[in-house]
Amino acid sequence: MPLTDGNDEPAARQYKYSQLKGVILYMELRIALAGNPNSGKTTLFNKLTGSTQYVGNWPGVTVEKKDGRLKTDHNVIIQDLPGIYSLSPYTNEEVVTRKYLLEERPDVIMNIVDATNIERNLYLTTQLIELGIPVVLCLNMMDVVRKNGDLIDLAKLGKRLGCRAVEISALKGDGISEAVELAVEAAGEKAPEAEQPHVFKGSVEHALAHIEESIAPYTDPRLIRWFAIKAFERDQRAITELGLDSELIAHISQHTADCEREMDDEAESIITDQRYRYITEVVHETVTKKPLKNGMTFSDRVDSVVTDKYLALPIFAGIMFLVYYVSVTTAGGFLTDFMNDTLFGAWIMPAAASLLTSLGASDWLVSLIVDGVIGGISAPLGFIPQMAILFFFLSFLEDCGYMSRVAFIMDRAFRKLGLSGKSFIPLLISSGCGVPGIMAARTIENENNRRMTMITTTMIPCGAKLPVIALISGSIMGGAWWMAPSMYFMGIAAVVTSCLILKKFRRFASQDTPFVMELPDYHLPAAKSMMIHVWDRVKGFLIKAGTVLFLCCVIMWFLGNFGFSGGSFGMTEADSSLLAAIGGVIAPIFAPLGFGSWQLVASSISGFAAKESIVSTMSVLAGPDNMIGLFAGSAAAMAFLIFNLLDSPCLAAISTLAREMNDRRWTAFALAYQNTFAYAVALMVYQFGGLVTGTVEPGAGTIAAAAVLMIMIWLIVRKSAGNDDMKGAAYELHN
Amino acid sequence: MRTLNQAKPGEKIVVERINGSGPVKRRIMDMGITRGTEVMVRKFAPMGDPMELNLRGYELSLRKSDAAIIEVS
Repeated sequence: MPLTDGNDEPAARQYKYSQLKGVILYMELRIALAGNPNSGKTTLFNKLTGSTQYVGNWPGVTVEKKDGRLKTDHNVIIQDLPGIYSLSPYTNEEVVTRKYLLEERPDVIMNIVDATNIERNLYLTTQLIELGIPVVLCLNMMDVVRKNGDLIDLAKLGKRLGCRAVEISALKGDGISEAVELAVEAAGEKAPEAEQPHVFKGSVEHALAHIEESIAPYTDPRLIRWFAIKAFERDQRAITELGLDSELIAHISQHTADCEREMDDEAESIITDQRYRYITEVVHETVTKKPLKNGMTFSDRVDSVVTDKYLALPIFAGIMFLVYYVSVTTAGGFLTDFMNDTLFGAWIMPAAASLLTSLGASDWLVSLIVDGVIGGISAPLGFIPQMAILFFFLSFLEDCGYMSRVAFIMDRAFRKLGLSGKSFIPLLISSGCGVPGIMAARTIENENNRRMTMITTTMIPCGAKLPVIALISGSIMGGAWWMAPSMYFMGIAAVVTSCLILKKFRRFASQDTPFVMELPDYHLPAAKSMMIHVWDRVKGFLIKAGTVLFLCCVIMWFLGNFGFSGGSFGMTEADSSLLAAIGGVIAPIFAPLGFGSWQLVASSISGFAAKESIVSTMSVLAGPDNMIGLFAGSAAAMAFLIFNLLDSPCLAAISTLAREMNDRRWTAFALAYQNTFAYAVALMVYQFGGLVTGTVEPGAGTIAAAAVLMIMIWLIVRKSAGNDDMKGAAYELHN
Repeated sequence: MRTLNQAKPGEKIVVERINGSGPVKRRIMDMGITRGTEVMVRKFAPMGDPMELNLRGYELSLRKSDAAIIEVS
C-alpha cells in the first residue's frame, strides 16, 4: 500500500491530520518518551506532566498507557511509552510501542538512557533512530556517573548517533528544561540534519541496500530503513504491513538467506549482533570508566548480603515482618482504631444522628444516613491509614529496586506453577490489600501469567478479611493462635492449586517466554514519585468509597430495613425484610455448604461491597453477642469462612481487576472461576469436616463433595492441553 | 561444548554462540548476550536457580534452562 502521494509529503501524516480536528492539531506538539525499564523514564514523565497525567490501558492489552501535558506548556502532549529493551515483535509492550511510533508518528522521541548502564540502553536507541522520527538522547543519572568517576563525551556520542544529546538527572530535576527545548527544536526540523549512523557493515549492509531498493515503492521514505531491516529479519508483522506480494517476499528472503549462510547465523541474531558491535565501538570511543573497587558496585555489595544463599530468606522475612508490624499492628492499627472507634463511633455518628434529629428528619432517614451510609462506609474508610502506610513501604521497596531481588529469590518456587518469581510480589501485596496487589501484576510481561496472577492473587487473605477470620477463630476454634496463619497457608495452597489447574488449559498455555530480568542498581526513590504512588492508590480507593460503596450501603440498608409485613410495604424487622426474602431464595444454594440461612448468605453478599461488612452485617442481623448462633456447628463455620476468603474480592478489587484485564470475557471468567472454586472447596470442607465432627450425615452431599474432589484432582494432575512451558527455552539445533 | 548454565560462580566466560530461535533467543540477545560478549557469573539464587550474570555493566537474572542455549568458552 503506497504511502506517498504526489507532493512527496508523507501521505500518512497528511491523512492523519485531515481526518482529525484540523487546524488546532498543527499547533500541538507530541513528544514520546521511550526507554528501558528502570531508566528513570517514569520519574521524568512525572516531572514533566505533574498532575495532568492520565492513566489507562492500551487497547486490547493489559499494558498501561500514560499520557499528559507538559506542565509549562499545555500545548505539548507527553506520551509515555512502556519501558522496553527492544522493538521486537514478541511482547505486548514492544508491539504496542512499535504500532504507536509507526502509526501515530509523534513529532519527536525523547529517549531516556540510563547512563550508568549505557551499552544496553543504546541498543534501543539504534532502533528508535531508524524510525525516521527525530530523537533526542537524554542521558539520565549523570550525577551517578560523575560520582563513580566515569566520563562520557556527550558531543561525540550525539555526533556518532546522529542525534541531539543532553545530560539530565530526572530525580534531581537537572537538565530537564534544556532537554525539552532540544526536543521542540528537533521536532521543528523538516529533514534530519545529521547523517544516520552506519550501524550495519559488510554483507549485511549490502543486503539491506538491496532490500531498501525493492521495498521503496511500498512505504514512506522515512521508514524505508526500518522496514528493510525488519524484512531482512523476516519480521512477519512488518512484512504484512508493507503489503508485499509473495514473489517480492521470496526475493528478499533470498538476500537474507545468502547472508545467513555466509555468516553462519540467523537473520535476527545477525542484526542484533551487529547493533551491539556498533554500540561497543561507540561506547569505547565516548565513555571512559573508572575501574571498580574489587569489581563491585554499591548495589553488588548490598546484594552480597541480601541475596546471599543463607541470609536472603531470613532478611526478606524480617523486612516483611517489619513492614506489616508497623503498618498493620502498631502505627496503622492505632490510626485505624482511632478512626473506627473514636472518629466515627464516638464523634461523627452520634453527632450526625443528633444533627439530623434536630433538623426534624424522620427516623428512617436518620437510620439510613447514620447506620446505613456512615456506618457502612466507616469500615473501609477506617482502613485507610493502614493501607496508606503499607502502600508507602511497599512502594519504597519496589522503587528502590529490592522487589526484583525478591522475584529473583522466589523464581524457582514459581516455575513449577508455570509462573515466574515476578508473580510473588502481587501475592505479597495482596496480603495487605488486593487492589494494589492486582495492579502490581503489571510488571509481569507474559500476558497469560499476568492474568493467572490477577485471578488468584485475592485468594490470599487481605486486611479486610481479618475480622471474619478473628470471629470464626475466636468463637468456634476457641481463639486458637494457629487459625489466622493457617488461613494464609490455605490461601497459598489455593493459589498453587488454581495455578496448577489453570495452566493445563490451552488458553493459558504460554508460548515460551524466558525469565530474563534485570536487577537494577539500588537507589533512593524520589519522595515525590512515592507520594504519587501512594496517593494514586488511596485516591482510587476513596473514589470507590464515595461512589460504589456509598450506593452499596444505601441498597443494603434499604434491603435490610424494608419489606412486606402484614400485607403492606414499609420499615420492618430484619426477619421480614427484602434482604431476608432475597436471601431466603438464594440460601438453599448454600445449604450443601452448611450455611443455607438467609442471614449468612446476606452477610456473604455484603462482603462484595467490602469484606469487613461480613462481620458487621452478621452483627446487625444476629446481635453482636450471638453471631455464632448463626452456625450449625464448626464445620459449617469453617466452610463459611473459607468460602468468604476464596470467593471474588470486594467491589473495589473487582473493578481494579476489570480495568487491568481490559477484556470483559476475561473478567467474567475470573469471577466465575473464583466463585466456583470457593464453592467447591467450601463444599468439601463442610461435607468431609462434618462427617468427621459428626454433624453431617453421609448422603447426597457427601457424594457431591467426593465427586468435586475427584474432578479437582484430575484437573491438577492431567496432562497439559497446550505447550508444556516448564521446559523453558526451545532448544533447536541450527541446521 | 560448554553452556552457560554449567559455569560456576565467579567465572568469567566469553559467549561463543547462541542456539535455538524465536522469542527466547531474541530476548537473551536483546539484553546484550551476543557472540564475543564477556559475561561474569555473579552467583546463583538461594534456591539454586536462576543465575545472576554481570555483563555490559549491569546485572541480569537468567534461568539455567534458558542459559543452556548459550555456548561459552
